[in-house]
Amino acid sequence: MSVASYRSFRDIDWPLVLITLAICSLGILQIYSATLGSVFRDAWVRQIVYTCVGLGLFWLASRIDYHTLLGHSYWMYGLCLIALIGVFVIGTVSGGARRWIPLFGGFKLQVSEFVKIALVLLLARFLTEQKREQLDWRDLLKLVGLVGVPMLLVAKQPDLGTSLTYLPILLAGILLTGLRWQYLVVVALVLALALPAAWVLLHDYQRARLTTFLDPSADPRGSGYQVIQSMIAVGHGGMWGRGVTRGTQTQLQFLPISHTDFIFSSFAEEHGFVGVVVVLGLYFLLLMQIVQNAQTAPDRAGMYICMGIAGMLLFHVLVNVGMVVGRMPVTGIPLPLMSFGGSNTLSVFLLLGLVNNVRLRRFVN
Amino acid sequence: MTENLPPDLEQEQELAQRRFLRDDVARASGRVAFFQYLAVGVFLFLISGFWRLQIESPELYSEQAERNRIKSLPILAPRGKILDRDGRVIVDNHSSFSLLLSRDNLNEEHLKPIADGLGMEFDDLNARVRRYRRRPTYEAVVIKDELSPGEIAFVESHRDPATFPELELIHAQRRLYPANGLAAHVVGYVGEVSEPELNSAEFIEYEPGDVVGKQGLEREYNKQLMGVDGQRQVVVDKLGVPRQMIGNKPARPGKDLQLTIDLDVQAVAELALEGKQGAIVALDPRSGEILAMVSTPAYDPNRFAGRIKLNDWKEIRDNPANPLLNRAIQSRLAPGSTFKPIMALAGLEEGVITPDFRVHCSGGASFYGRYFKCHKKGGHGTVDLQRAIAGSCDVFFYTVGNKLGIDKIAKYATLAGLGSKTGIDLPHESAGLVPSSQWKMRTYRQKWYAGETISVSIGQGALEVSPLQLAHAIGGIATGGIWQKPHLVVSAGGKEPATRADLKMENINQVIDGMWAVVNGGGTGGKARLPGLDVCGKTGTAQLASNDVLKGTAIGKTMKDNAWFVGFAPRQSPEIVVVALLEAGLHGDMAAPPVRDVIKAYFDKKARKDPGQKLAQAPQPVPVRTAQSRVAPQVEARP
Repeated sequence: MSVASYRSFRDIDWPLVLITLAICSLGILQIYSATLGSVFRDAWVRQIVYTCVGLGLFWLASRIDYHTLLGHSYWMYGLCLIALIGVFVIGTVSGGARRWIPLFGGFKLQVSEFVKIALVLLLARFLTEQKREQLDWRDLLKLVGLVGVPMLLVAKQPDLGTSLTYLPILLAGILLTGLRWQYLVVVALVLALALPAAWVLLHDYQRARLTTFLDPSADPRGSGYQVIQSMIAVGHGGMWGRGVTRGTQTQLQFLPISHTDFIFSSFAEEHGFVGVVVVLGLYFLLLMQIVQNAQTAPDRAGMYICMGIAGMLLFHVLVNVGMVVGRMPVTGIPLPLMSFGGSNTLSVFLLLGLVNNVRLRRFVN
Repeated sequence: MTENLPPDLEQEQELAQRRFLRDDVARASGRVAFFQYLAVGVFLFLISGFWRLQIESPELYSEQAERNRIKSLPILAPRGKILDRDGRVIVDNHSSFSLLLSRDNLNEEHLKPIADGLGMEFDDLNARVRRYRRRPTYEAVVIKDELSPGEIAFVESHRDPATFPELELIHAQRRLYPANGLAAHVVGYVGEVSEPELNSAEFIEYEPGDVVGKQGLEREYNKQLMGVDGQRQVVVDKLGVPRQMIGNKPARPGKDLQLTIDLDVQAVAELALEGKQGAIVALDPRSGEILAMVSTPAYDPNRFAGRIKLNDWKEIRDNPANPLLNRAIQSRLAPGSTFKPIMALAGLEEGVITPDFRVHCSGGASFYGRYFKCHKKGGHGTVDLQRAIAGSCDVFFYTVGNKLGIDKIAKYATLAGLGSKTGIDLPHESAGLVPSSQWKMRTYRQKWYAGETISVSIGQGALEVSPLQLAHAIGGIATGGIWQKPHLVVSAGGKEPATRADLKMENINQVIDGMWAVVNGGGTGGKARLPGLDVCGKTGTAQLASNDVLKGTAIGKTMKDNAWFVGFAPRQSPEIVVVALLEAGLHGDMAAPPVRDVIKAYFDKKARKDPGQKLAQAPQPVPVRTAQSRVAPQVEARP
């Protein structure tokens, strides 16, 4: 499999790169507009830097044959677990949560973002090594354990939103491998019983988020406020939008954290329905491009990698954009490639690099 | 799946994989297709959400966006009060209403009618608004404080959206200082932090518009006094009526400041200097606590508390008597004869004189080819140390100074704290100057001439002190060689150890006896005598110090001498040291009555508080100071 195949420049997934850069550019434009005149006013410059570094990481992640990476996936996963535990020990606190490990130059590494990479590789390897055709309960338990442990560690930080993004990677894997329908029933039953237990374990504010999701006006001060403001901003955009830097909800700082989690609200206010359709279209094309790479993957492992990434990205978009229009609870996960944030942007570029990696090796000859 | 397999097995693996994939193809592509459909569904779900908000009923949200106006109003934190040592309020806060102009809906055309309605100059108002141009539009401009009821009525009736929706009233706190400038230099005043201040290290954490201490204790303890403003977020509707309070961060009030100042003693000191120019400092040498500090002329800090009118400011700034100067800590004047006790101590400690040392004063003496006069025409006759101090004989001290040399004099002056800041908790203290040969070499690149020592010996020449330094210096001597750091705030005491000097008790006693005789034994300070109390002191008549004297001292057409007096009581275990400086007072004993009055006020109050305590003591033979291990020999009292 490590046949020295000639990888040409043309083999790089250019559509993927171009769509990605298009989304990033719109993101940077929006970050600029949303932070005009505020203390974050140089955020867009930093995002440009992150994007450039991200491109570098994309290239790096494409270079090493992904089979080699798969070979190392177990200890990479172990390293991530150690890093997650490390967050509790040496992590810095910000906004009431301890999620970051401080690095040189003042950069903070949000470990949970990079764990996704290890998880994608790990699941791909695990599922490919299955001798059986479908998963049985032993495998299922192992999978739940492998994914559940980092999920718990992240949820404890507390960062429930990010921990939930590990789930679609697992689900994509299960979907592709196949599960006997009886197991599905059992899982459903277990979930139904576990939900009340989970409710008890949630923090107050997390519970509040779920209830305000159902009725935002119940808590107009806290998370209800954010959603109401977001919906007002979106609606204010109308068909064509208010124009760049002219969105009053954004510019008058009514829209909270408009350069990170709620960046799409800000975008919707300034670019309108037309802009929204364009960007969502871009995301859709991005996903379809990843799926195409999955279909042309040379082996199961490559397919798992691509589908796991696609599933995760779809989840991110669904939850973040859904939150913006009030159809999903506020969970604090960013919109990949558009929200301002170093760790998330870089990890997405690494993941896309993996997809490219698979594509580059699709001609196994 | 590693690549480190031998080539043939590698090929096998490949084929196996391929076969696997081929078998899987149908199933896998089905699953992948499922994902694709799922993705389409998700995107349609999301787009429908936008459709509903942006296309279906956009007016609903546009309206809400315009209507839902969230106003963030500051809740001002009250500044800490300033209290005297008994807990009486010196500086307080006073409530009033201030008028804000919100800028995010500002209509420039409204500025003129608003200015007219409030009786303001349109140009002033315009200039104010212009100054905020660079700030984000959600920050409002404060345009007027202390609104009168008429002005409040104007604002209330014109605030509706149809007229002037930019107007906002907020409740403000203003500083209230004692009338007539009581303790003005001590407390200082507050004001809006200025642009250059914002760039300095001291004020870097503040924002424009913050009210901070600018002078005095208001500045020195600004952090403690200043609270943290809170914030109230209110949703107002189209009519500007607050509909809902959605956020309330309470203000954190500033902490009160308790001073060591005693208002009763302070009031007497202020009265004593009324109509004069000078300063009074009263402190407790046992602890360093300042009981009173006055500098006249003073100013009314209430003028600064609001927005000071330009004319008022000019009046204060251009006053030739310089009312902003705190003479108690910033004066740099020659102390005159009040320096003699330090000289006496130096002479005794260094062994160049003994208590029996005698000099004949005939009105002057020659040193180094120059004739130096004594202040008493005709001279004092033959004097020993006690008489020399009591009568303030210059010739005696010329002799002592000549024997000591400038550097030994400097040593004791420095020991007593002269020539450096006392470290009092007020800004802008002067360090004064103690000349020495090293100083002269460093400053003028010249040798010190012995002839220059002569004038320093009687507290003239290059010597410069402030009233506080003098009080601190004499206070330390009076307590037997323990100098406590002077401070104005109760909690600042006890933080640093006192400076102690190894001085012989018998020498200290000699000096103190001399100072007792100044007041009670026919000396120059008889005006400071208080029956029933052992007041000790020293007069000083000083020529103005040097050519670069500070403006504000009474130069006028003639150069009148300054009058100094330093006194402490009781002789044994002194509790209070008072220094009075009267600029152009002409004669040292003119400064004695203020000191007497302040000391009397202190002890009267003490008697009122604790009538049982016996504080009146008849003049006694020199007591034995047992505070230290050395015991002074019994000496007869001199008349």
